[in-house]
Formats: sequence, C-alpha cells, structure tokens
Amino acid sequence: MKTGRIGIAIAVALALTLPLAAGAQTIAITGGKVYPVSGPAIDNGTVLVRDGKIVAVGVNIAVPNDATRIDATGKWVTPGLIDALTGLGVSEIGQVQATVDRSARGDSGVAASFPVWEGINPASSMFPPARNDGITSVVVVPTGGLVAGQAALIDLVPGTLSDMLDKAPVALVAQFGDPRSGGSGARGEQYARLKELLDDARTYARRRSDFDRAQTRPFAARRADLEALVPVVEGRLPLIVNADQASDIDAVLRLAGETSVKVIIAGGAESWTLANRLVSANVPVLVRSMNNIPGSFSALGTRQETPAILRRAGARVVLIGNGSGDAEVFNVRNLKYDAGVAVAYGLSWDDALRAITLTPAEVLGVANRIGSLQPGRDANIVVWSGDPFEFSTRVEHVLIRGREVERPSRQDELMQRYRTYPPAYRKP
Amino acid sequence: MRIRLVAAVAASGLVASVGACAPATATQSTQPRPATPATQARADTSRPAPGAGGVSTPNADPFPSTYVVPASRPTLIRDVTILTAAGPTIRNGSVLIRDGKIAAVGTTVSAPADADVIDGRGKYVTPGIIDDHSHVGVYAAPGVDALSDGNEATNPVTPNVWAEHSVWPQDPQFPRALASGVTTAQILPGSANLIGGRSVVLKMVPSVTVQGMKFPGAKYGLKMACGENPKRVYAQRGPSTRMGNVAGYRAAWIQAEAYRRRWDKWNADHQGDAPQRDLGLETLAEVLRGNILVHNHCYRADEMAQMIDISKEFGYKIRSFHHGVEAYKIADRLAKEGISASLWSDWGGFKMEAMDGVRANLAMVSAAGARAIVHSDDPSGMQRLNQDAAKAMAAGEQIGIHTTEDDAIKWLTINPAWALGLDDRIGSIEVGKNADVVLWSGDPFSVYSRVDRVWIDGAAAYDRANPASWWRTDFELGNVPLPGGGGK
Repeated sequence: MKTGRIGIAIAVALALTLPLAAGAQTIAITGGKVYPVSGPAIDNGTVLVRDGKIVAVGVNIAVPNDATRIDATGKWVTPGLIDALTGLGVSEIGQVQATVDRSARGDSGVAASFPVWEGINPASSMFPPARNDGITSVVVVPTGGLVAGQAALIDLVPGTLSDMLDKAPVALVAQFGDPRSGGSGARGEQYARLKELLDDARTYARRRSDFDRAQTRPFAARRADLEALVPVVEGRLPLIVNADQASDIDAVLRLAGETSVKVIIAGGAESWTLANRLVSANVPVLVRSMNNIPGSFSALGTRQETPAILRRAGARVVLIGNGSGDAEVFNVRNLKYDAGVAVAYGLSWDDALRAITLTPAEVLGVANRIGSLQPGRDANIVVWSGDPFEFSTRVEHVLIRGREVERPSRQDELMQRYRTYPPAYRKP
Repeated sequence: MRIRLVAAVAASGLVASVGACAPATATQSTQPRPATPATQARADTSRPAPGAGGVSTPNADPFPSTYVVPASRPTLIRDVTILTAAGPTIRNGSVLIRDGKIAAVGTTVSAPADADVIDGRGKYVTPGIIDDHSHVGVYAAPGVDALSDGNEATNPVTPNVWAEHSVWPQDPQFPRALASGVTTAQILPGSANLIGGRSVVLKMVPSVTVQGMKFPGAKYGLKMACGENPKRVYAQRGPSTRMGNVAGYRAAWIQAEAYRRRWDKWNADHQGDAPQRDLGLETLAEVLRGNILVHNHCYRADEMAQMIDISKEFGYKIRSFHHGVEAYKIADRLAKEGISASLWSDWGGFKMEAMDGVRANLAMVSAAGARAIVHSDDPSGMQRLNQDAAKAMAAGEQIGIHTTEDDAIKWLTINPAWALGLDDRIGSIEVGKNADVVLWSGDPFSVYSRVDRVWIDGAAAYDRANPASWWRTDFELGNVPLPGGGGK
C-alpha cells in the first residue's frame, strides 16, 4: 500500500508540531508555469520569496545560494485563492450554536458596529481543509438583519487572531432582499430605512459634538452603529449588499447613486439582467457559478452563465463559493471548482482565476498586498500539480506570507486512521 | 440531509406546538392491527372486485405508472468513448439505440439505414445518471411553505405516507436534473421521522401527473432516519434521544410483524372477515416480505451498526445507508452485509453527526468491496453527481486508493440502480438494457465537461444545442426568464 502524501504529512506534523521557522527565509519556486494574474502566464518561471514577500517573478531570475528551493517543474503556480464571502472562522458546526458567532442581535435589524472578527476562532478545525486546498485569504462576513455588521479580511495563517487579521473592517455588510428578515415589513420600508440610516450617519459625522451634547434630532441608530456607518457614507469603506432580485439590485444602485457609498453587490442571482448598469455604476458583483434553480421568488432568474455575462459586459466579477447553509464553511475549499464551472459556462479561464485572486483583492482595496504574484506583494502562493480548477489536480504547496502552512486536517487524520481495517488505533 | 435541515428545524417548532395537544399516535397504537399479503391480489371470487363494493386490496398498486415508452427512431452514437459501467472503457466505440433499448455496443457497430447518426468524436457516453436520494418534487422550487411537502413531521413513525403524493411534477428542478444527465431518481420523504414513508422512483420526464413519471415496475423504498434529525424534531414529545429513536424503530417493527402474521394467515385460510387494513403497517409488512427496499439515513458508523442489528432482529434487509459520512469506518462490515452506501464526497461538518465526513469516503468504501453510490439529497448537487465522484476519486488518490473511471462510473449508475432494485433494467450500457444514455462534451470527471444530450428509453430527452426543445415546467412559463435557467 502506498503511504501517500497525507500519510507522510501527518507523520511529519505529529513529530514537529511547532510552526515552521519564522523570520528571514528565502524561497525559490522554480520551473513552474507561473500565473501572476497581473500579467501573462510565464512558462518555466521562477518566483523568489524573501521574508514573506515576493521579490521577483519571471524567467532567468538568479536564485541565491541560501534559498530553499521548491521544484515546480511541470506544476502550475498561482496566487493564493481568496474567498470574498464566507463564515469561515465564525461558524464551525452549523447546528451547534456555541460554535456559531456570525449574526449579531443588533438593534431593529441594525448591527453596523458588530465586528464579526472578534468571534473568529483561529483553532477552528475548518481552517486546515481550506488552506490545504489553496485558500490563503477569506473575507469573514456577518449575516442577518438589515445591516449585518462589519466584515474582515483574514489570512489563513496558523496563529492568533492578530496574526490572521489582514484588514478589519474591510467592508460593511447589508442585506436587501426579503424585507422580513431585516426587520422591515415591505421592500419600500427597507429602502427607506437604509436611506435614513445613511442620511443620519452623514449628519452624525458632521455633528458629533452636538450629538454628544444631545443637541441633535434623534437618529435612526445608536451612536456606535452611526460611527460604523461613517466610513461608508464617506466612501472610504465599501458596503457589501446581499441582493438577488433584479429590482432589489436596481434599488441598491439607485440608493448608491444618490450618495457616495461604494457598493458591492453580493449574490446577484439576477444581476446578469443589469450587467450594463452595473458597469456604468462601476459596481462589482460577488457571484456564484453553480446556481440555476429558481429557489426563491427573489432568484427566479438565476443562471450559471451570470459570471460570463457580467464579464463580457465589462463588470468586475468576483466568484464566491457555492457552499450554502450550515456546510458552507466546510467547503470553502471548493472555490476552485466554482471557477472551473464558471469556465464551463462561458467565463474565460484567465478571468476565472482573476475572479478568485486579483479581482477580490482590488474590490476590497488590498491589491497592493495580495491577489497577484508581483514583487512587493505578500507571498501567498499555491503550487498545483496541474490546472487548479480540475478535480484531479493536487495542491503541492501553500505559502502564506512566505511560509508553508499545510497541516493535516482532522479529515486527513481520520482517513489515515481508517485506511486499513481494523483501524490503525486498534492494531497491536 | 442538507437543505432540508432548514425545513426540519422549522418543523421542529411546529411539532412542539402540535405535539402538546395532539392525541395519542394514530398508526402506532398498541391495538392489534391488520396485515398485508403479497399474494392478496389472487382471484377471490367470493369478494367483490377492488373498488367495487368497498373491498380494497393491500399493495395492489393503487397509483400505477402511466409512463409509456415514447416512439423513437434508431440512434447511433459513433466514434465515442464509452464508460459502460459493465466493463472496461470502450474507446472509439459506438452505441446503437433502438426501440428504447441498447441494441448494440462495441467498436464495430453498423447503423440501420434510418438511424440518426451522431458523431461522438472527443465526447463520452455513459449510462444515465441515477440519484437514489432526492427530494425534488416534494421540496420543490421555489422553496416556499406551500411547496414544502417532504416531511410529515407530525409523528415520528409515518410509514403510511407515500412521497409520490407530495411530488409536484411542475417542479423546475426536474428539467435541471435531466439536463445534468440524471435519468432516474428516487424521491424520498425527508428525515424528520424515524420511519418517514414510502419513496417513489421517477424518470426525469415531463408529465402532468406523477404517475406519468413513475418508473414502471420499480419497487418502493422505505425511508428511515437515524440520529439527530428525529430527536431534534421530536424533542418535546419524543423520541428525544438516540435510545428513544431505537425504541421507536423496534416498536414499529414489532407491530409490523404481528400485522404481517395476521394477514398472511388470513390469506392462507380466508377464515372470517379480512383483517382491517393499516396503511403504515402494510408498508412495513411489505418490507418484512422483502418487497420494499429500506433506505436508511444514517451518518455515524456506530448507529449504522445498530441499525444492522435491528434489521437482523426483525429479519429485513437494509438496501442502502444514506449520508453515511462515517461509512468508511465500517466499510468492511458494509461489504460483508451486502449493504450499499449512498454518499456525498464532501458534505459534512454542519452538525455533530456529520463532523467526520471525509472526501475519500466513496473511494474507501469502494476499495473495501462495498457498493459505493454518489447521491445528492440536494437539487444542486443532483446536477453534479459526476463532479462529486471526481472529487472522491482525487481524494482517494491522495491516500493511495486508485479508482479507475470504470469503477467511478458505477458509483453513479449501476450501483444506485442496484440500490433501487433496477440493475437488471438500467445503470449500464449493455445490450438489452433500457436506453438511458448520456452524451457528454468530454470526460464526465472533468470540471469543464457538460451534458450534450440525454436519451431516456431511447427517446431524445435533452439536447443542449437546441434550447427550444428543452423541457420547461408550467411554473417556469412567465416566471423564469430562460429555459433551463440558462443558455447553451
């Protein structure tokens, strides 16, 4: 019987439970087909990493003698993948409430000040499967209510929350769909409430000292929530709005058009019908590639060609995972397959890779650090045995900030344990 | 279950309130109850005919299939790669479909003059995909309460309900399954109940009635469920524990065996009046007679082992464990007992009993010699069962288990056909089998491949290149902008 890669990895990890050495380290990934995403693919390329950063990408790059070499001959090298909409880290076992910290109680559906990342459990067993499959950063988003709270961008490095946090908040999150779930009775009320919140935040920002002296009219939200809305109304922090129905997306675009709010549409089941408007409003869309079921009256027009249609129109498209419900966090790792399916439904391969690397980084304002293989960027790099989107492809190496981060997941350990019958732990 | 968890949770609240004021259970009272004969339908001139004079007959197929094999012209798919599920891959092969059956398969097949000849270069042919765990129709789209008909969550033991009476043939999820290569599916009641009711096996064909979709001659299945779902749904009225679950199954089977004895005796001697029929016990008695196949939702290995013991106590067979995320822990046992495992590649983690799901489960179960089946339990997963198989193949590879495409195709076709008791009719590309055939644009285990064409019983059922021909349910007219939810 072959021991297999995971078996060896487990043996090594059990022997060396400490993280790999930090600090100054030079790594050269050589001989691979390199996809920088920011530029054309490079055959037989080298990616040179030093102290956690990429220092060179290209051909004919001199490799220092002290560099650790990763031979990527015949392999594909891409930036680490980014899932821009997940509950990873704040939801572990969906039906065990004690492991779920994703939705704030809020105040009449408004929880703008809710910092979802404070509930992240870095020890969650859900992290290893994701990063072992090439996910290096995710946006952890709150859910529920009208304004769900603040999202954070984290890198999936082993360590503490402080080690993981990349940008927090990276966006504010709102829902514009079924008004009942956000504490409104009708879509019009939902629109009016959101508008009032944004208006009040704008007024609050101008009159903080009056507010502190109780010399303002009553506002629609508490001070902490207004404070959290200020960077949104000032256009400094994007507002991710979950909206599927075309008329809801239209309403959000009109609302944004009246203000300086930078909106990102998430879900966007029927966004393909508004492709040109999304382009002219410069509003990006976080969208899924595996949905074609008219599962709700808000998503009757959902289709799998949406990423391709939006892209052809010139919209910025970010692919998010298809995982839904309680098992979403278990399958953040499948983001690469969402990209593959998007290709099967008309998106170009290059655009699909971009939609899970550089485009989310750009949309979130962090493209100067992650999302591409360029000098100066964080060394978040994945080496694949072949086409990253194919099922038969293996992940060979995952680097986050220049360090190898693969660790056996508990699933890996279970498979190893039960690889033989009776299971290994019952053997003499 | 996956999506249906939501429904079960919702039902939980409902049941809590209903349970408080509901009368004692109806079907599971301790009163002696009548039984059922498999041989009942034999001529008995002393009694009026069924339906005439108020004497109904147990298990007389009261909702018979009205499906008729459509006329079709012979079709030859040539120069194609064929995954037969019955032997090694045939490269540059041909398949001839005629009169609803596979008429010839091999490397040298000649076409009749009137055949529709299809060039399959670069493409693949497989048997129609079979999903042995679906709730399409009983949990239709859109997912509104009015269409939520999958869990009779008013009593933990409801063998009296039949899934076909909840199926909405206009569910837009049916044509989407077809367009993904699914030709046959078992529609099951949900998992709120210990014993959830009868399943129905459907062909993915348009019909105004469910009878028009029913697979002629297919056996019924019985849905049973272990673990968290029943004990959560019935937390207030019970069972509220796993031991309560097991007591519930056993109590039901004890009633069923008494009912069976009573009817079998009466069928033999016709002494006195016939016992009173009981729909639930009639179904359970048919399981004991081997005429209905047991499909048991069960995640954990220890619970599967207990269910096997229960089946031996009462003398019935479990045909398949569904959602067995821990099947890999007892794969040797499943092989020995001849029980199949209907599995996902990578759903898990969402509840305690799903925590130990591993991606190589299918490969590990298969390698241990048990029948592995890819199932969906989900209308989206139902459209990519081939991709689920591919993920499991790759995960197996990583722990040193190599699965060939010839084996993996069985997970999608002949193995679920066996679980439904239909492996003599569907599930492989062999001469004489029903011509349920899928033509793929490429290797079905590649993420980039699409279904190009589907035939059911030799009749063209789907053609990706011709959107005007696509099956659109009544619901979709005026509601869903595009046929099949998209373009070609």
